[in-house]
Amino acid sequence: MNYSVRKFDAVIVGAGGAGLRAAIQLSEAGMKTAVLTKVFPTRSHTVAAQGGVAASLGNSEEDHWHWHMYDTVKGSDWLGDQDAIEFMCRKANEVVVELEHYGMPFDRTDSGKIYQRPFGGHMSNFGEKPVRRSCAAADRTGHAMLHAMYQRNVKANTQFFVEWQALDLVRDADGEVLGVTAMDMETGEIVVFHAKATIFATGGAGRIYYSSTNAFINTGDGVGMAARAGIPLEDMEFWQFHPTGVAGAGVLITEGVRGEGGILRNAQGERFMERYAPNAKDLASRDVVSRAMVTEINEGRGCGPNKDFVLLDITHLPPETIMKRLPGIHEIAVQFAGVDALKEPIPVVPTCHYQMGGIPTNYNGQVVVPGKRTQSEIVPGFYAAGECACASVHGANRLGTNSLLDLLVFGKSAGESAVAELRAGNRTHKPLPQECIDQTLARVNRLNTQKGGANVHETRLDMQRAMQKHAGVFRFKDMLAEGVEKILGIAEQVGQTEIADKSMVFNTARIEALELDNLIEVAKATIVSANARTESRGAHVRDDAPDTPANPNGRDDANWLKHSLWYREGNRLDYKSVKLTPLSVDSIELKTRAY
Amino acid sequence: MTVSNSRKLHFKIYRYDPDKDAKPYMQDIEIEVPATDRKLLDAMVTLKAKDDSIAFRRSCREGVCGSDAMNINGKNGLACLTDLSSFPEGKPIILRPLPGLPVIRDLIVDMTQFFKQYHSIKPYLINNDPLPERERLQSPEDREELNGLYECILCACCTTACPSFWWNPDKFVGPAGLLAAYRFIADTRDQATSERLDNLEDPYRLFRCHTIMNCVDVCPKGLNPTKAIGKIKDMMVKRAI
Repeated sequence: MNYSVRKFDAVIVGAGGAGLRAAIQLSEAGMKTAVLTKVFPTRSHTVAAQGGVAASLGNSEEDHWHWHMYDTVKGSDWLGDQDAIEFMCRKANEVVVELEHYGMPFDRTDSGKIYQRPFGGHMSNFGEKPVRRSCAAADRTGHAMLHAMYQRNVKANTQFFVEWQALDLVRDADGEVLGVTAMDMETGEIVVFHAKATIFATGGAGRIYYSSTNAFINTGDGVGMAARAGIPLEDMEFWQFHPTGVAGAGVLITEGVRGEGGILRNAQGERFMERYAPNAKDLASRDVVSRAMVTEINEGRGCGPNKDFVLLDITHLPPETIMKRLPGIHEIAVQFAGVDALKEPIPVVPTCHYQMGGIPTNYNGQVVVPGKRTQSEIVPGFYAAGECACASVHGANRLGTNSLLDLLVFGKSAGESAVAELRAGNRTHKPLPQECIDQTLARVNRLNTQKGGANVHETRLDMQRAMQKHAGVFRFKDMLAEGVEKILGIAEQVGQTEIADKSMVFNTARIEALELDNLIEVAKATIVSANARTESRGAHVRDDAPDTPANPNGRDDANWLKHSLWYREGNRLDYKSVKLTPLSVDSIELKTRAY
Repeated sequence: MTVSNSRKLHFKIYRYDPDKDAKPYMQDIEIEVPATDRKLLDAMVTLKAKDDSIAFRRSCREGVCGSDAMNINGKNGLACLTDLSSFPEGKPIILRPLPGLPVIRDLIVDMTQFFKQYHSIKPYLINNDPLPERERLQSPEDREELNGLYECILCACCTTACPSFWWNPDKFVGPAGLLAAYRFIADTRDQATSERLDNLEDPYRLFRCHTIMNCVDVCPKGLNPTKAIGKIKDMMVKRAI
């Protein structure tokens, strides 16, 4: 099989929010940059984000980055690194204002400023009462943002390779990253992108679960590639189940609905969140709301013939508010729930939504791994940002609207770090290690010649069902252990998938098989890390780590205030400490989480 | 409502793989899909699980990424927003690639020309004032002018339904590109209105729109490119007087 080599200063993999933000940095600095993306940039999943992006602009009421930082640390159940969280919250105003300057059509307040709405877990004055922090463009914030950033890249003449699937990370014996191998989907041609800087912005892998708000393309490509290249994956046991996915369809209904006054009700019509979170109620953190919903359903207070969902009610809101602030939700409810949300409540269930863990980075977007000297040594030439990365700002549970902020702040900082490194002249085009290229060729060749192998669709479904059953909203000791065995078994099948279609031209069967290679690494990392973490924290809650006076909410700081690191090789775990020291302010001290 | 566990569908699908087919053909496929398949895209995913060679684009499955635009029973639309229940019983569901663009394979078209036209209108905010520290101010009323314009998902349903684009794909910007042009003209923050109008002042780029209104008819987001084009034409006339 043939391949060719192309040289660039930088290669960015992924053209969602983080990739486009990094690309702006590199293109405007005049670096020769290739942005590889498996879908046209505006089809990336950032486009589906709805409710807003967090920034303490204080356009409607007093707010402060320090309060935002406090909320983010608390939301993370203290697993987030406080240096990165301070960095992100302090940068928020700058990156949101930049978007406005790029032309993003934010909604406006009467005085013409960016419109802000309340969101789950965002409070003023260190947890006192909900605050309007989420900067929104109706309920299409991700769409407005992604298009504005794509448009800025058009202006900056960024070079895109559209519908190219990245295959493997090229990393040499010294551990330095030298680019990626990739396939042009239209022709099947394989190219090595030889780069001095490689930035991963490949998004999450929500498709490891059966029921997910995520797009088909969210297959953890960068995370899988990093794992195969020996990079450990951080905190992969932490997955966010968004409280309001449309029952049955999985399509997202933004938390902004509750921010605008929407209420969750059980079969008795009761506003049950008042019992679980007396202060924040429906605007408690997502993990808290999702668990409350599942508890209501498990205790027989679910709605519908099978009592398997609850209702999101906005019928009490003025129709003008709904049509002005939540027009997309009205559309989604009609399309996917078959209800007119002005008149009827929307059936919802917690649905897999966001990957808190990922490729370990520092707040400069540089990938870091444990080394001989420290637990966080920089991998030369390698950067990651957005959902595929773990900075770690979300810890054990992400606050709504912090994902769009994460991809802006760290997309920018990863871009800035790469530009600085390139300008300093520290990076050269080191010789390419042949074995990395051979690995890619072997994967593609295997798919071309595999006989009597596993069906891609069935194998993926087995994985998704196993993850849903064994690593869901509530986790159980025995089920986790069983899940590990199941997923490892399925991983063997993934190594032998077979496709009937062998065409070179836009072979989507081949792409799906290659994506499954990445998904399974994420599933393994998740279930193995979850099985090992014998405490409850944030989104990871297990039956054998219950709420006790010694360990409130089942959180065990004495033993588990640490990040998990899963290595593919040997399927082994390691741990590193949480950074509890911020950059300039006092550490936010450990406390029991309540809303 | 009738309750059943599956539903039988009859598809006629445009097939063409240049790697093995001398020319395109329509393939008849009958398939049982589970009752949980509600949208056309759901059924196509079920179909692909049986025959992995059927090629189409898809991503968000909720009508916001614009990947799965195709020609469905003669009309452009998104597979993920098309209800299976909207198809008449006993008649085949005919799927073809978007018309007017070269086919790469099966239902996947080459969108180069479409994006070239989009890029030609300079789809980005132009404002040369020094950047303020904070956001530029814009009144809610001025912001409202962008509603019905900024929501475009670039799926190309409209442009590839437009006869004027079929005849002159290299010269006529097409409804999606013109909607984007007006999105920036209408933005009080943009300072390049006259340059943008100059850019469209030619017998083809704008004026090949003959208000056939196919674009309005097919837009899956309910947008109205014809209206936006009309506004640009009005501005052209006004400035000529």
